[in-house]
Amino acid sequence: MEALGLFNYWAVVFLMMTGFYTLIARGNLVKKLIGLSIFQASVFILYISLGKITGGTPPYLIYGAEDAVYSNPVPHVLILTAIVVGVATTAVGLALVVRIKEAYGTIEEDEIEDESL
Amino acid sequence: MSEHLPVLLVAIPFIAAPLAALLNRPTLSWGVALAAALWALYASADLLAQVQGGQVLVYEMGGWAAPIGIEYRIDAVSAFVAFIVAGIGAVTTVYARQSVVREVEEDRLPLFYAAWILCMTGLLGISVTGDVFNVFVFLEISSLSAYALIAMGQDRRALVSAYQYLIMGSVGATFIVIGIGLMYAMTGTLNMADLAERLPPVMDQRTIPVAFAFLAVGFSLKLALFPLHLWLPNAYTFAPSAVTAFIASTATKVAVYMMLRFFFTVFGAAFAFDQMQVDLVFLPLALVAIFSMSLVAIFQSNVKRMLAFSSVAQIGYIILGVSMASVTGLTAAILHLFNHALMKGALFMALGAVFYRIGSVHVEAMRGLGRKMPWTMAAFVLAGFSLIGVPLTVGFISKWYLITGALERGWWPVAVLVLITSLIAVVYIWKVVEVAYFEEFPDDHPVAEAPLGLLLPLWFLVVANLYFGTNASFTTRIAGRAAELLLGVGQ
Repeated sequence: MEALGLFNYWAVVFLMMTGFYTLIARGNLVKKLIGLSIFQASVFILYISLGKITGGTPPYLIYGAEDAVYSNPVPHVLILTAIVVGVATTAVGLALVVRIKEAYGTIEEDEIEDESL
Repeated sequence: MSEHLPVLLVAIPFIAAPLAALLNRPTLSWGVALAAALWALYASADLLAQVQGGQVLVYEMGGWAAPIGIEYRIDAVSAFVAFIVAGIGAVTTVYARQSVVREVEEDRLPLFYAAWILCMTGLLGISVTGDVFNVFVFLEISSLSAYALIAMGQDRRALVSAYQYLIMGSVGATFIVIGIGLMYAMTGTLNMADLAERLPPVMDQRTIPVAFAFLAVGFSLKLALFPLHLWLPNAYTFAPSAVTAFIASTATKVAVYMMLRFFFTVFGAAFAFDQMQVDLVFLPLALVAIFSMSLVAIFQSNVKRMLAFSSVAQIGYIILGVSMASVTGLTAAILHLFNHALMKGALFMALGAVFYRIGSVHVEAMRGLGRKMPWTMAAFVLAGFSLIGVPLTVGFISKWYLITGALERGWWPVAVLVLITSLIAVVYIWKVVEVAYFEEFPDDHPVAEAPLGLLLPLWFLVVANLYFGTNASFTTRIAGRAAELLLGVGQ
C-alpha cells in the first residue's frame, strides 16, 4: 500500500523516463524537444509533490487557527522560475530547428548527418 | 557602494544586456558590452583583493538574512573564478569588435552583444551566489545565451552543434535541478552554508546519495567530462572565433567551480570522496579523457577542432587534480582553471586572427603563414608552448603542481601519463608549426598581418601566459588558499 501512496512519484518517474527515452531515441529534432519538455515537466511535478503536506492548507495565515498545517509554497515559487526557464529553452530550441530547416531542408537527424559529410 | 559590490558585479552586466540590444547600433552595443566587462573586471579584482587572506564576504539580498533570503557568498574560490570570467570576458570583448564583423551578419550584432553580456552575467552569477537554486538560474542564463552565440557561426553546422549543445546542456541542467530538489526534500533549505550543516544528519538516507549522483552527472555534462563531452568539439569548431575564445576559457571552468562548490562546500569532502568515492569514477575518466582526446586531437585537420579536443583533455587534467582530493591536487586544479583559460583563450584568438585574414582554420590553409602573419603565428606558438607545459609558461606551473600532487598520493603511473600526454601535445602543436614555418606560402596573393584590434588582446593573453609562468606566486597563493578553504584545512 505504501508504494501506491507514492503514486505521484511513480508518475514523475514514468514521465521522466518517457521524456528521456524520446529525447534519446527519436531522430526528429522537434520530437527530441518534446521529449526534453516532458522530461523537464516531470521535474516540475517532483518539486510540487514535495511541497504537499497531507491536510495542509494554502500558505496564508489563518487567524485563530494557530495549529493549522500549511503547504510549503517555496517549491511552487522555484518551479515558476523553472517553468520560465523551460519555456525559454524550448523557444531557443525551436528557433534553432526553424533555422536548421531553412539551412538543410530537413529536421531529421540522420538526413542532416548525411548532408554534413 | 563598496558594500554592494557583490551584487553590482552581477547586476550591472545584467542591465547592460538589454541596453545593448535596445541601442541597436553595433558600435554602441559593443561599447556597452565593453563597459560592462570592464566594470566586472574592476569589481571582481576588488573582491578578490578583499578575500585573498581567507575572509568570506556575505551579501544578503534585499536585507533578508539567509537561509530565508538569497545570499551571495564570496571567498577566495568564488572571487578567483569571477576574476577569470571577467578578465577573459574583458579581453575577448575587445577582441570581438573586429573579429565578429567578419563572422556575424551586421544586423545581428547588437543582439550578439546582448547575448554575449548575458552569458558573462550568468557565469559571474554562478561564481558568487551562495544559493543552490540561484546557481541553476544563472546556469540557464549563461547556457541559453551560449546556445544563441554558438548558433551565430557562419557555417550551417553551427546550428546543429548549438542544437546538440542545447539538448545535452538542458539534460545536464535538469539533472542538477533534480539533485537540488532531492536535497531540498531532505533538508528544507537551499542555502549552501545551511545545507552543509543540515545534510550530515540525513546522509545515511538513500535520497542524499541519489541527489549526489544526479548532481555529479549534471556537472559532468556541463563541464564536458569524457564521455559526456560530445557537444563540445562541434560547438567550439563552428561558433564564431570570439565566442569560442570566450566560452572555451570560461564556461567549462565555471562548471568545474560549481562541482567543487557542491562536492566540497555543500556535501563535504568526507562524504564525496570517502563515502561516495567519486574519485573512483573521476580518476579513470580523467585519465581516459587526457589520453584519448590528446590522441584524437592529433588526427584533426581543422585546427579549431583540434584545440577543442585538446580542451576535453585539459578538462581531464583539472578533474584529475580534483580527484586527488588533496591540497596540492586541488591547488593544481584551481590553478589550471586560470592557466587553461589563458592558454586556450590565446590559442583560439590566434586562430580567429588567422580566420580573419585567410577565411579558414585548416592546417593545409595555414601553409607558410609564419612569414605572412609573424605576430599571430608567434603568439600561437608561445600559447602552444604553454599548452604543452614548457617551463616559463603557465602550463608548466599547472603540470608541476599536478605531478607533485600525483606523487604525493603515490600515483607515479599517473605522473608518467601526464608527462607522456604533454609530449602528445607537442605533436599536435608541432603539426601547425611545421606547416606555418617550414612550408612555402602557396601563391603570391598578399596576406597581411592581422589588425591591431585583434593582435593587442591576443598578445595581452600571451604576455599573461609568460608573466604568470615566471611569476606564479600570485596565482599559486590564491589557488592554494582556495584549495585550503574547500578542504576546510589550514584556517
